[in-house]
Amino acid sequence: MSVKATIIVGLEVHVQLATETKLFCGCATAFGASPNTQTCPVCIGAPGALPVLNRKALKLAIKTGLALNCEIEPNTHWDRKNYFYPDLPKGYQISQFDRPICRKGYLDLIDPQSVSSGRRVNIERAHLEEDAGKSSHDETMQGGPTKIDFNRAGTPLLEIVTQPDLRSGHEAKTFLNELKLILSSLKVSDCNMQEGSLRVDANVNLSLATQEGNQATPIVEIKNLNSFRSVERAIEFEAERQLQQWNKDGMTIDQAPKQTRGWDDSKGHTVLQRIKEDSADYRYFPDPDLVVIRTTQADIESIQAEIKSLPAERRQILMSRYLLPAYDADVLVNQGDTFVDFFETVADQVKDGKLVSNWLQQELLRHLNATQTDIQACPVNANQFVDFLTHIQTNQLDSSRAKDVFEQMMSDSVSVEQAMKSLGIENLDSEELTAICQRVLDENPEIIAQILKGNTKAIGNLIGKTKSLNKNVSPSQAREQILKMLPKH
Amino acid sequence: MDLSSFNACQLLDALESQQLSAEDCVRFFLKQIANQNATLNAFYTVVEESAMASAKSVDQRRKKGLPVGPLAGLPIAVKDGICTHNVRTTAGSPMLENYVPFYNATVVERLWEADAILIGKTSMDEFGMGSSTENPHFGGTLNPWDHQRVPGGSSGGSAAAIAAGMAPIALGSDTGGSIRQPAAFCGITGLKPTYGRVSRYGLIAYASSLEQIGPMAKTVEDTALLLSSCAGHDPRDSTSATEPSEDYRAGINRPIEGFRIGVCRDHLENGLSVEITSALKQAIDIFESAGAQIVDIELPNSSNAVAAYYVIAPCEASANLSRYDGVRYTERAPTDNLDQMYSKTRADFFGDEVQRRILLGTFALSSGYYDQYYLQASKVRRLIQQDFETAFNGVDLILGPTTPTTAFKINQCRQDPLSMYLADVYTVSANLAGLPALSLNCGFDPSGLPIGMQLQGPRFKESSLLRAGHLFQSQTDFHNRRPA
Repeated sequence: MSVKATIIVGLEVHVQLATETKLFCGCATAFGASPNTQTCPVCIGAPGALPVLNRKALKLAIKTGLALNCEIEPNTHWDRKNYFYPDLPKGYQISQFDRPICRKGYLDLIDPQSVSSGRRVNIERAHLEEDAGKSSHDETMQGGPTKIDFNRAGTPLLEIVTQPDLRSGHEAKTFLNELKLILSSLKVSDCNMQEGSLRVDANVNLSLATQEGNQATPIVEIKNLNSFRSVERAIEFEAERQLQQWNKDGMTIDQAPKQTRGWDDSKGHTVLQRIKEDSADYRYFPDPDLVVIRTTQADIESIQAEIKSLPAERRQILMSRYLLPAYDADVLVNQGDTFVDFFETVADQVKDGKLVSNWLQQELLRHLNATQTDIQACPVNANQFVDFLTHIQTNQLDSSRAKDVFEQMMSDSVSVEQAMKSLGIENLDSEELTAICQRVLDENPEIIAQILKGNTKAIGNLIGKTKSLNKNVSPSQAREQILKMLPKH
Repeated sequence: MDLSSFNACQLLDALESQQLSAEDCVRFFLKQIANQNATLNAFYTVVEESAMASAKSVDQRRKKGLPVGPLAGLPIAVKDGICTHNVRTTAGSPMLENYVPFYNATVVERLWEADAILIGKTSMDEFGMGSSTENPHFGGTLNPWDHQRVPGGSSGGSAAAIAAGMAPIALGSDTGGSIRQPAAFCGITGLKPTYGRVSRYGLIAYASSLEQIGPMAKTVEDTALLLSSCAGHDPRDSTSATEPSEDYRAGINRPIEGFRIGVCRDHLENGLSVEITSALKQAIDIFESAGAQIVDIELPNSSNAVAAYYVIAPCEASANLSRYDGVRYTERAPTDNLDQMYSKTRADFFGDEVQRRILLGTFALSSGYYDQYYLQASKVRRLIQQDFETAFNGVDLILGPTTPTTAFKINQCRQDPLSMYLADVYTVSANLAGLPALSLNCGFDPSGLPIGMQLQGPRFKESSLLRAGHLFQSQTDFHNRRPA
């Protein structure tokens, strides 16, 4: 029996907001401190302690919501989500249930090389909540004690929930890349997945077009996704697994419970963690310790005013103002705002966007990647780079030597002149060039004869010989000079 | 000198004029505790050493002419549900039997800054859940007027300590009547401030949207004195009001001529003993002759107040008490899995009434029941608030009983939780509506037990209640009578 299977994916992304202090107290949020050194009565849930909202976190949440085209809730409040876990200090998490700060947004996928480009992914909601502590279980499995570190407890998280609008692992990855780009551009999060600043869960199932009509496989929530690449692989794996399972047992979404499965990156498969027989009852109710948060239109406008160009807009500008192809614009924008700023500064002076883009993509990025530095720490500043490209445009630097010069500039952090000097590159004056050309012509009458017979390609041979006499010879200048000096018919 | 008949203002006068040293004052009350606490059990913890050291410091500063705080040298007892740094704070629960907070409640900090002297932590119903202070784990507290009877609750220890002369003044907390009902049962004065008037930071939570810390003392003027030191905005409590607080003692002598006092006839005539009704009628006469106008009012939704309270309070409690899970704070019941550890620890270390309310609240918040319980109770709460708003359009304060009966006998209500809940019938409305309410002694029943009168006012109008209460005490001497 042949069926057409469509993958249905929705994502839940937990973003740790880049605040100095926690969501409801003044403790630091810095990563990596000794266990339980960034705690106070509030974030360890000491009896009698009370939460007070960190307004900065709210602002970052609103900023993110606006960038994701969300409606901002004018009267948001806090709810208690009740459940027991040893690293949850109060036995409830302060979260938002029925009035999340952001609702009903969307993000358009941008992926010039794929059919997904331009597809809209709807954002159902984005709400603020406090993180729990971190449990460290006995790794040896000998039944040793579990240790709890409350440094993370109370750190502000923004949970962004998409509608099930994604149709492949690749689309999920594209979505996450764009989201990360936006979050970084807004500076609302450092988006460090290794440190847990960005956590992704994926809900996956299949829609099957069968002869008996459309059916859906049971929904699986995939956890332990440690990179965007894992998200992509896990979804593709899960789609295949669900199809096989359905072929085997035919169970549909109404017949089998929701599962939670963990992604094992080294084995490349998902493993069953938990079967959710019925949905957990968190007994949400409004937190009486916190007051309703009112956000006015004026608040929203002042936050909106702080949002500079978002990645999608920057791509458009690169294409319209600098005449870059969509692919180039995408590559540059994907490097982040500082990289695009660098590009624009250079391109504004050099007046040839494509030339700048080529050098940035091919040489600069290659060098930065090889040395594991980012554009902020680039050894060559924008003005030096402009100077370098101008040397090429005005033939002061021959393009055949340009890569060497650039490499020299990058490795020694020097100007184009200094790099050329240390490589022994200098422009020959016309007398020197004439002398060299004359010598080559004198020594190669047989090549001249070929050229005169019509084999004009042989001139390259002569240019090569001038260059071996003096490596500073510019091939284009040599060609020009030789043509001038060739005996006339 | 027998200081037990002194009220707090009188003690403060003696201390300020240096007729009395803080050391002597503190020593006197510590001795009172030493003599009586074994019988009455009003204190769980007494802090002799630190109290004497603080007293010494006050005396030295005073002798040198250095500045001292407005309550300098005044001994104070604090309910054991309020966190005191380095002093055990049990909230009356086995769960916190050995809990020593590492921070001070905001009110405790403010008292410390005012140079008041903490002498001990007073007994209470577990987590404030009860109206009798018959704490099965720490032992019951006796009513100083009649040792066969309860002092009321949950701030029963603070009320008994004042009535017995073991402390001149105290802090209690009031979630559904827990300051006012024991004040009525023990013949003292107690004030539940407007919700948000006093910081809750450091008050071990039972039902967060209902409770307030407040003063308990012999006289209205004393409660005004203590409120002035405790009230005011606290940035650590999001529900704390930004309205400026006042010097509540300063305006207390202003006449009440022209005050309109609302009386709900239904509350005055139904369900009360004859003695209570007649004591309240005499009080009304006193106010009338002082120039107040008595106005009949209606509070149509008040009959649903107890029902709404016993949904909302347990719901909030069920979450507030989740942190006591065996992971921290107490011994952990030995089991081999996490879920059993939670349930066994909580079954072993919470008392029956606490477990009852946690179960009630957990049930009422459950999926499928939320709308018919929590949401419904919240609607009733809004109706009660509206009743008061309407009433206060026509009156400055409302007079009525604090309790339907005088102090009941030990064990009388323990087997019947519902009858205990009904003891809160006149007090819970003020908590649901967030209003200030004052209870003061307005007479005695034939067995010599004190009768409480309650004055309720609009939000942030503590000063009106205090003026009226002070006027009453300046014309009567019930507040000066002490148990034999």
